Amino acid sequence: MKVIKIDKNEWASGLEKLRSAYELIGPVKEKFYHAFQSLESGQQPDMDYINTRVSPKYVIYPQSELILECSLNENDEDYKIYKEPEKEYKAKAILGIRPCDADSFSLVRRNFDTEEYKDPYWLRAYESTTFVGLACDQPCPTCFCSSAGSGPYSDSNLDILLADNGDHYLARLLTDKGEKLAEAAGWSQETGEEADQQIDQKKQEAESAIQSSVNTDKLASQSLLDLYEAADAIWEKEAFSCINCGTCTFVCPTCWCFDVQDEVSGKKGYRIRNWDSCMYPLFTMHASGHNPRGTKVDRLRQRFMHKLKYYVDKYENGIQCTGCGRCVQLCPVNIDIRRICNMLNSYDPESCTCEVTAS
Amino acid sequence: MVNPYIPYPVRIDEIKTETEDKSLKTFKFVFLNPEDEEKFAYRAGQFAELSIPGLGEIPIGIASSPVEKGFVKFTVFKTGKVTSHLHSMKEGDIMGIRGPLGNWYPWDLLEGKNVVIIGGGFAFTTLRSSIIYMLDPENRKKFKDIHVIYGARSPGMLLYKEELEQWAARDDLNMHITVDGTDDPEWKHHTGFVPTITEQEAPAGTEDTYAIVCGPPVMIKFTQPVLDKLGYTDDRIIMSLENRMKCGIGMCGRCNIGKEFVCKDGPVFTLRQLNQTPKEY
Repeated sequence: MKVIKIDKNEWASGLEKLRSAYELIGPVKEKFYHAFQSLESGQQPDMDYINTRVSPKYVIYPQSELILECSLNENDEDYKIYKEPEKEYKAKAILGIRPCDADSFSLVRRNFDTEEYKDPYWLRAYESTTFVGLACDQPCPTCFCSSAGSGPYSDSNLDILLADNGDHYLARLLTDKGEKLAEAAGWSQETGEEADQQIDQKKQEAESAIQSSVNTDKLASQSLLDLYEAADAIWEKEAFSCINCGTCTFVCPTCWCFDVQDEVSGKKGYRIRNWDSCMYPLFTMHASGHNPRGTKVDRLRQRFMHKLKYYVDKYENGIQCTGCGRCVQLCPVNIDIRRICNMLNSYDPESCTCEVTAS
Repeated sequence: MVNPYIPYPVRIDEIKTETEDKSLKTFKFVFLNPEDEEKFAYRAGQFAELSIPGLGEIPIGIASSPVEKGFVKFTVFKTGKVTSHLHSMKEGDIMGIRGPLGNWYPWDLLEGKNVVIIGGGFAFTTLRSSIIYMLDPENRKKFKDIHVIYGARSPGMLLYKEELEQWAARDDLNMHITVDGTDDPEWKHHTGFVPTITEQEAPAGTEDTYAIVCGPPVMIKFTQPVLDKLGYTDDRIIMSLENRMKCGIGMCGRCNIGKEFVCKDGPVFTLRQLNQTPKEY
């Protein structure tokens, strides 16, 4: 794998060269927090950021997205016939995405790209994007990526991995897409073998700096119904303080649930999909008023069982979480997925108890 | 890439009010593009999203049968925003159908078996599709005895009344129609709840006998112990579920019962399968 060196001034000038071929998206500070935004001409991504408050999932999967449109004018030939709106999927480059957030797209892909059905909107946006990741050298206390199947230098869903090395980046070009972007930017400074070793060493240092972890080794072998029914040991207690605000699902890079709504404007009909949340009662309410997840205990259980058991069983590919820690940081009542994960992992159905770890 | 969100355009060809309280209407749709009918090839037990542009979509079981050609039928209960609007639509109006979606009753498995269909209220739609399918001259010989137990609150609340009478007159189908109560002195079928009639009329559960149960939760709750008593094992009791749905293709995340999606992995499950999942339906 090719490693190149990008001097930081060369980084800035290279980005300008990319603009003709790519829409550039990077972290930008807005008031108090960082967010991924489309970068205007001359605007540089803030590569000194820690992470964004809301995950960058919206770059591929907008919070609100038009999926179909039709004419509501009776004189039109295609009156009331829904069609896909014309939309250009221009090449995009997402700059400085953290490895955990990049990995989240591989987890979410399992939902949108299946044998039977493919979500064309998600897939086209994903495929037109080049992921230029920025390795994490300063993890937060809430980061637990390395035990959640990701890591501070994880490159499994990146096209380029950048490691900050003072006045320059060491960049691993991981895919053809990545090489193409580096070429277009004019980044081509060769490095020796030591650069590769340097990245590996930085990776080890970063991994050892992560203090927080989850145990997931027994999740797959636990009985789904035993965990579901562990109301007293887990769900009632954990849901006690939950206010069903939905912050966790909103900021989560791997929460993909959506709602579909129709709207009318003038003589046009629109079908729009919007992020939705399993924390809200309307998510599952039948037209009859019956609600299969009618209590907040049901809803909290759904979120954690989905991430830590249903997903594990369905795809046999680990948990539906990359350990970014956003929900831990932002939950207003301190519900902690690390604690719940360890509870599920250690649950003993014989005694109906689990190890409760401080987190 | 096929876009699974685009409905096939259809025209409402016929609307029939089914019940005395006018809460149920059957809509017969014809595809605007004849080739879409082939793409919509379905099996009895599947459902589709009925799409009203500018208003929304609703998941509804397919009431017509794969052996009926040239149209598709859905019987819709007026209850929410989209169904209420649909009830006010007229013959000739244009709308959309997206599907077929979900799995179907296990027709391969049911071949050579006795089939007992137990239905209540307006959950009889995909059961109608199934009965028409099994009674088709090509198909009838594939099945042994067929029993149908169908109940509604009153005679006026039964769906497909003309067909029910035709089926009752046949000798290759054991039809047991019941109502909770009636003051009609002419009523010639059963009176009593579905579980009671099931206990009286359903054949004993054997290795070769399968029950398909579809109805309101209260009917299912009381029919299940009856089937247990008659000797039906949980892998020979087949049920069809409903949950709130949006996408219908296993992506939007709301209709799951444990790791299964009712829309994509169901709506048809055996009781054995349901016993292994959370009861979130």
